[in-house]
Amino acid sequence: MSGVRVLVGTRKGAFILTADGKRKQWDVSGPHFAGWEIYHVKGSSADPNRLYASQSSGWFGQVIQRSCDGGKTWETPGGGMTKTPDGMPAGESNKFVYDASPDTGKPLTTHQWYDGTQHPWEFKRVWHLEPSLTDPDTVYAGVEDAGLFRTSDGGTTWQELAGLRGHGTGPKWQPGAGGMCLHTILLDPSNPRRMHVAISAAGAFPSDDGGTTWKPINQGLRSQYIPDPTAEVGHCVHRIALHRSRPKVLFMQKHWDVMRSDDAGESWREISGNLPTDFGFVIDVHAHEPDTIYVVPIKSDSEHYPPEGKLRVYRSRTGGNEWEALTKGLPQRDCYVNVLRDAMAVDSLDACGVYFGTTGGQVYLSADAGDSWTPIVRDLPAVLSVEVQTLP
Amino acid sequence: MIRVVLPPHLRMLAHVRGEVMLDVPGQVTRASVLAALEAQYPMLRGTIRDHVTEQRRPFLRFFACERDLTHEPPDAPLPAAVVAGAEPFVVLGAIAGG
Repeated sequence: MSGVRVLVGTRKGAFILTADGKRKQWDVSGPHFAGWEIYHVKGSSADPNRLYASQSSGWFGQVIQRSCDGGKTWETPGGGMTKTPDGMPAGESNKFVYDASPDTGKPLTTHQWYDGTQHPWEFKRVWHLEPSLTDPDTVYAGVEDAGLFRTSDGGTTWQELAGLRGHGTGPKWQPGAGGMCLHTILLDPSNPRRMHVAISAAGAFPSDDGGTTWKPINQGLRSQYIPDPTAEVGHCVHRIALHRSRPKVLFMQKHWDVMRSDDAGESWREISGNLPTDFGFVIDVHAHEPDTIYVVPIKSDSEHYPPEGKLRVYRSRTGGNEWEALTKGLPQRDCYVNVLRDAMAVDSLDACGVYFGTTGGQVYLSADAGDSWTPIVRDLPAVLSVEVQTLP
Repeated sequence: MIRVVLPPHLRMLAHVRGEVMLDVPGQVTRASVLAALEAQYPMLRGTIRDHVTEQRRPFLRFFACERDLTHEPPDAPLPAAVVAGAEPFVVLGAIAGG
């Protein structure tokens, strides 16, 4: 029987939740890397037992962990006693150094600081790890301060795809309250050279040549918190999602506004419709229905909890604009948790499972595409990310 | 042998318990001790000092023999008791809540 493996990153470690295809009985392992912040854990679709985790700490910086057995054991790639050809110990798996070489288009610019002055790029952490769809040794990493890195040796070494920061708009990017982070990486399953990234607060950017060249695609976005609300860059995109059968249709949860593009991001239109608030962080798409999408509305940018203390997932079956509240099994009073941008995922079982984690430490599952919910775990540390693997 | 005390998170990362024992060639300084530490435990590279600049991470301090050595030059000799193995070189993380 098929099964699912849920990979949960929290403020104080990683947890792995596993169940068979019925999704009734759950085994919880962890905390892995206890006490460290785990921003993201994700598995390779080319080899489901290959997992990567971003482990970080304000004291000790960034560490990358890798598992080759589905999370039973972990290693720091290159951080063991492996020797390089010149006899030195390897160990650069946590080395993320921005490209400053002149032959990549002078990428090491400055960016805009909170007060509008220019500020140098400073690496802080990896927010998101996106394994290649075809090669378990190739992974993309979205980092703060916003940049994109790639490994092709299983996480042992990382190189920046410097054309993103260097394409010209970098000096206009600015941090939001959570930092200036590259948090979304979408790989196009129909075109291995095409990908999208999203940055807070800069916007969305595609590449059609495997990450070498980039451009902004923010036409139609409107943000009141920048001097020109329709500027080319500066928009605080929180999350973008797509359905693998229709990769040119993109759904976006922006700081405010839920947006949709039908032309791979060339233009966007608002689909907030009847949502009680269109602020939020997560957005995801049903595994089998490309026009069924999910968001979790949050009251406002200054009150990061659900409106009226009611935790509600909203589902649209029409690709936006018409939304229904999903409440069965979710707390409908006195609930003041948040659901962060990487903390929602879907499985691909016949009855699509939808999962999300909260800053209150709950991971909720709906095994019926959102109609009803149940907590898998209730008392983890604050959840930063949730990913799901559907296992054969 | 030089004795080094690491904070718990770094002991976990290096898969060690208790003190770390290091053979440090040449003069025993903070820089040479950290270089020997990173050579023996490559997973610790970048966690105590920056990969490129070798600057100390801001929330970390260095103590030995009841002295704060954090702001001593990295190439200054460490106390004789550390060199002799009588006292450990301590890498300490700032106290934190949460």
